[in-house]
Amino acid sequence: MKGLADTALLAAVAMGTVLGASPLAQASWPRRSPAAAILLWQALGLAGGLAAVGTLVGLGLPGGSLGAARSLLHLGGVFRAGAALRLPVAFGAMPTILVAFRLTCLATGLALFASLCWVLVAASAAALQARRRQRALLALLAHGDPKVPGALVVDHPSAAAYCLPGLRSPIVVVSVGTLRLLGRGELAAVLAHEHAHLRERHDLVLLPFTALRRAFPRSAVCAEAHRAVALLVEMLADDRALRARPARELASALVRFGTAGAGPAPSGALAAAGATGAPEGEVAARVARLLQPVRPLPRPAIAAICLAAALLAAVPVALLII
Amino acid sequence: MDVLWETDVPLTVREVSARLTERNLAHTTVMTVLDRLAKKGFARRQRDGRAWRYCPAATRETYVTELMLTALDQTGDRTAALTRFAQSVSGVEADVLRDALEVIEGDGVGDEGTG
Repeated sequence: MKGLADTALLAAVAMGTVLGASPLAQASWPRRSPAAAILLWQALGLAGGLAAVGTLVGLGLPGGSLGAARSLLHLGGVFRAGAALRLPVAFGAMPTILVAFRLTCLATGLALFASLCWVLVAASAAALQARRRQRALLALLAHGDPKVPGALVVDHPSAAAYCLPGLRSPIVVVSVGTLRLLGRGELAAVLAHEHAHLRERHDLVLLPFTALRRAFPRSAVCAEAHRAVALLVEMLADDRALRARPARELASALVRFGTAGAGPAPSGALAAAGATGAPEGEVAARVARLLQPVRPLPRPAIAAICLAAALLAAVPVALLII
Repeated sequence: MDVLWETDVPLTVREVSARLTERNLAHTTVMTVLDRLAKKGFARRQRDGRAWRYCPAATRETYVTELMLTALDQTGDRTAALTRFAQSVSGVEADVLRDALEVIEGDGVGDEGTG
């Protein structure tokens, strides 16, 4: 039966993405070409989510007919209502336990789909709200400084440098502690790194993975995916900064930054800064990558990765829509 | 806002205007700004006869701390609102990094230094 085969294939894709995430997170090639690896992660996330929803809905509908799933998920309200009306008729001939199983699968699948959409919206809203608050506070507290043209400075002794993405007015912020900590070349490298984040909207890359982690806070796979993508995004921005500044400046800025919190904490409120930091090895991995440059993957390998990503995303989409 | 932070007593719009000597702002401009600050919750206001008196809702340090807590990701909720340059590390990794810095500075030519 075609419907059942589709569902089985979707289940295989869902399992594959979950099982594939860990090896991808631990692989060493993504460090060589972060952009390609990020694309693969995005495909993995999209395929995993769609396939999981598709599998559950496919199991839930009589005969595993994903044609109905298509109507449920993708077409208008009228069509949806029609499918819902037909359901009791189709379920009529089945044993009660099977009906219960199917309905549970269907409900779980739809709930999963709804919650995935919801966390994405919620994460976006939370990010926007946090940024609005930051902007309001910066308007009151921050000032410019000739040492860092185009960036805002906050009077605080801790080392902090970050960017606030936004369509209209993206902002790079550094603390006075950063100005004291870094030399001029290092500062320029940090600013180049942050501007790369802003220019390429890396926050949007990270957002779905943040949402996924919020949706499944206990899932090791989601945490691993988020961590891997976050690190790749930083490496990507590092690479962009290298176009303007030498690797040595960026590496020493990273080291000074990373070790700044490990010393005596500058103020009571921030005493924990050294205790909870980046997951083990992230800053070290970036520094190592800058000091011993790795060759980017050859073009054919990158093309193969892009193709794999496209296929991975296309399979569940095709099964659900066509 | 700096004017409000510099004094202990709540100020009227006229008093704030008087203290903003370096900038010749219209009374209504100052009023609008103070009104907006109050609406955003940064300033509190109380009636004093026909005028409002404004005072800061919290100290400057409180806001700086809030800003930095978010910046250093110490608030516990990672909203991906901002991307940081690097987070602080501790223990063995910090030692490894310090060694790396010595290597970098050994090779270095030029503009290292604490700005």
